[in-house]
Amino acid sequence: MCLAIPGRVEQITTDGDVRMGRVNFGGVVKSVCLDYVPEVVVGDYTIVHVGFALSKIDEQSALETLDLFRKMGALDEELATEEEAFARASNARQSACPDGSCELTGKSLRSDGSAKGESGK
Amino acid sequence: MKYLTEFRNGEIAQRMAREIHQVVTRPWKIMEICGGQTHSIIRNGIDQMLPPGIEMIHGPGCPVCVTPLALIDKALAIAAQPGVIFCSFGDMLRVPGTDADLFQIKGRGGDVRIVYSPLDAVELAVKNPDKQVVFFGVGFETTAPANAMSVHLAKRRGLKNFSLLVSHVLVPPAIEAIMSSPENRVQAFLAAGHVCSVMGYWEYPPLADKFEIPIIVTGFEPLDLLDGIRRAVIQLEKGEHHVENAYERIVTYAGNLEAQRLLADVFEPTDRAWRGIGVIPKSGWRLNDKYRDFDAEERFQISGIHTEESPLCKAGDVLRGAIKPAECPAFGNECTPRHPLGATMVSSEGACAAYFNYGRFLSAEELASAGATHA
Repeated sequence: MCLAIPGRVEQITTDGDVRMGRVNFGGVVKSVCLDYVPEVVVGDYTIVHVGFALSKIDEQSALETLDLFRKMGALDEELATEEEAFARASNARQSACPDGSCELTGKSLRSDGSAKGESGK
Repeated sequence: MKYLTEFRNGEIAQRMAREIHQVVTRPWKIMEICGGQTHSIIRNGIDQMLPPGIEMIHGPGCPVCVTPLALIDKALAIAAQPGVIFCSFGDMLRVPGTDADLFQIKGRGGDVRIVYSPLDAVELAVKNPDKQVVFFGVGFETTAPANAMSVHLAKRRGLKNFSLLVSHVLVPPAIEAIMSSPENRVQAFLAAGHVCSVMGYWEYPPLADKFEIPIIVTGFEPLDLLDGIRRAVIQLEKGEHHVENAYERIVTYAGNLEAQRLLADVFEPTDRAWRGIGVIPKSGWRLNDKYRDFDAEERFQISGIHTEESPLCKAGDVLRGAIKPAECPAFGNECTPRHPLGATMVSSEGACAAYFNYGRFLSAEELASAGATHA
């Protein structure tokens, strides 16, 4: 929950007395509160946590981080819609290492793919 | 180290890892506070790139993991009430209470909603004047500005049907508690980068001085983590102990002053019980007198809740860094993400979930040695 995702501010509006913006996270656009980053203007990149922009960030860092977070699956989780969040909860992982990364870290799993793995030594 | 080549700058990562290998002359134990960092370390095999003597101890920085069971049970009781719309972030859905979780409460007819932002919950309160809308405000300093704004707006808009169930926790008092514990093994900390984007790092130099520990403000990407570890190891080897910022592209010394201003207006420090750890003085925030009317614990007087931890779950030992997740006998057996016994197996920040999802189980030799150490 402490991950903040970089996005590009595409539009700034005022909702009553709150400064809001449309922020694009590599294709997913969300409504974001900009009250804590008064210096941010349209075209800037900012890191966003639970719908709040917290800090400005340069474009190159933002794009590299977005790319990395996408590969790590962090974007799907942080930007999930309500339906996706419920679907995720109902399909909680049962088998270990569904994304195959354990192979990359040198560990293998039992052939039945079930919970318990063992060292690949 | 091939797993890092899928990321940008794989060569830089390997160079940093080599530098760590060159600098190290003896074992060191470094704690990353933040659960997001734990997942990145395990996912990317950072710990396996380090010299054998460098141990990463996983800290308690997983908000849903340290939220006390009694408060989870209270949340479930409120969510089950008719006339209530109970809002939460997605990672709380599967966190087990004593008898159920939020997902099951929804299945039994409770109106449980997952929101992206706390402002979505305020919006629900505006649109549903005949319902009580409760937002479960759990989190560290990173999340607190969002929750503070939600209650600030609710008050300004005169909403009588919005309240916050607050369980905010803070990093500096947790460092103080970990270092003061007789069982402490930690010699340096990676401070959580996004917490510091809000709070800055002005709170940390007194801790580095008092406990003579390096504290490195660190990001979440493999390179950030290797750089944070590298800087910590260099200080440790030199016998130095100061605060360094290894996340300058996001974090300033002062932090976000606008956010800190609203936090001071809405919250006040309070003693907070951390699940698996116990009460840490002044380690959390609660709504202050000005906003007390918006405190869900005041609004819903819930009593007679039966709260009981699973006897099999060792999440407390994991959260204190006393054991690694795979050393828990229930890990991968009675306890999996589908049937979690403790919150550390649920969250995207829980250490047990990280070990499970990335296939980190013990070898036979490790099991034997863990049995000898922790039986």
